[in-house]
Amino acid sequence: MEAIQITNILYLISAVAFILGIKRLSHPKTARSGNILSSLGMLIAIIATLTYPGKEFDFTLILTGVGIGAVIGAIFATRVQMTEMPQMVAIFNGLGGAASAFVASSEFLSSPNSPFIIVCLSVFIGSLTFTGSFVAFGKLQGFISGRAVTFKGQQAINAVIALLSISLILAPGLFFDSSMYSGYLNAFFVIIVLALILGVGLTIPIGGADMPVVISLLNSYSGIAAAATGFLISNNALIISGSLVGASGLILTNIMCKGMNRSLVNVIFGAVGAEPEGGSSDGKEMNIKSYSTTEAAMILDAAEKIIIVPGYGLAVAQAQHVAREVAESLEAMGKKVLYAIHPVAGRMPGHMNVLLAEANVSYDVLKDLDEINPEFEDCDVALILGANDVVNPAARHDQSSPIYGMPILNVDKSRTVIINKRSMNPGFAGVQNELFGYDNSIMVFGDAKDMLNDLLKEVKEL
Amino acid sequence: MQIDIVSLITIFILAVFVGNEIINKVPPTLHTPLMSGSNAISGIAIVGAILAILVDAGDASKYIGLAALICATINVVGGFLVTDRMLKMFKKK
Repeated sequence: MEAIQITNILYLISAVAFILGIKRLSHPKTARSGNILSSLGMLIAIIATLTYPGKEFDFTLILTGVGIGAVIGAIFATRVQMTEMPQMVAIFNGLGGAASAFVASSEFLSSPNSPFIIVCLSVFIGSLTFTGSFVAFGKLQGFISGRAVTFKGQQAINAVIALLSISLILAPGLFFDSSMYSGYLNAFFVIIVLALILGVGLTIPIGGADMPVVISLLNSYSGIAAAATGFLISNNALIISGSLVGASGLILTNIMCKGMNRSLVNVIFGAVGAEPEGGSSDGKEMNIKSYSTTEAAMILDAAEKIIIVPGYGLAVAQAQHVAREVAESLEAMGKKVLYAIHPVAGRMPGHMNVLLAEANVSYDVLKDLDEINPEFEDCDVALILGANDVVNPAARHDQSSPIYGMPILNVDKSRTVIINKRSMNPGFAGVQNELFGYDNSIMVFGDAKDMLNDLLKEVKEL
Repeated sequence: MQIDIVSLITIFILAVFVGNEIINKVPPTLHTPLMSGSNAISGIAIVGAILAILVDAGDASKYIGLAALICATINVVGGFLVTDRMLKMFKKK
């Protein structure tokens, strides 16, 4: 067998390890071993590359790069707070895109005869992912306004940049022959600059509430960039892994869009959340009943089945731990407690589940939308903690509502709905929630953490 | 390694289908680890980065390769470690 065939078999083994690793993510029980399997796959791919036949590597430089990268990566991974996970994934998406763009650039500079279209595709997607991800990071971290930043002609400018880039990617191949390297080189640099600008231009008009979609989409791009680079250097490992990541990002993007009842086009070009919308101040008076935590505890005491609906507000208040303590006290009294998790409850897909897992909530009581909605029918108390738009019944019937058609948690079907809110401010979508005025709804105002601490004391005294 | 473009496209298309099949089976509760884990996998560009750092490569090519290597290693190491940190927290009582 030739040496190169051994290398390729090792790449195949690593691709299989990635596939089986992701497969094991289908259950929390096997997920951790799946991640370890994927990391072994990566190790095999690296070993295969370092022993690549006929290549003389500069090992000093390679060790330097791996050393620097490993230290930075390890610091990120061990220091990041679970609430900051979307920011970290955004940065990693950006670095993934940058890595692919750098590889393609290096290949183009060392072998000018590389297929120009593939070089450009890979550099273009990679660079766009890089700046787009850092804008997304800035928005999530609060460095850049979380609101949609829009100005007149913005989409026209983006369209012009995109068209210009496409023509620059295609034209040199048609008009230049291989002797005109400087022409290709100029086009190449202009394309990088255009892609960097387009990454910012496409991300900056997207509002904070739509960030889960953007992060998923950029995740997909980082995979596609890797696959494109794989085409360039004819490497199966890059093509297979890149397309797995690309598919994963697209599927998550789709799930997030469905969770908000928006099309991808609408998220990218809709610029929702640019200005605070008027709210539903259409003269409807709501009869709000404000209760104390003591009264709320008494209602919980009489309940048998309780569903907790956490929203991002709960995580911001770092109140998921005390929420779990309340739930455990109620369980100790023989009550059934479940958690209802909306797909867009956090700032990225599955974010709320991680935050609750961190607070030691058992994963089998975390229920997704389809699982939990039938459960509200015979539920005694739905306890809403920091969630708003995802429990607004207007999404089911009010065609004039901006959130009409969005799948929601049917909390209003419960016998009693207890809603904790800091104030009556409307949610992200700028809509006032008609649920608050329902006959079976009661409000307990206050900071989530303080309220739950009080509630915990009251429940323990029952 | 010289492979014709059609075989590369074949591999690409088949991998997309496999990806679709397995990722659709990942439950929503694990979507964040899926994302950070796939971040780590997209660090596969590390392979391309290493292949760019050759003794006889030009300086520009080599040092751009180094930049790629640093970015990709951050993804690989950070991605797998943080995914493991998250998955450790998922427990059943």
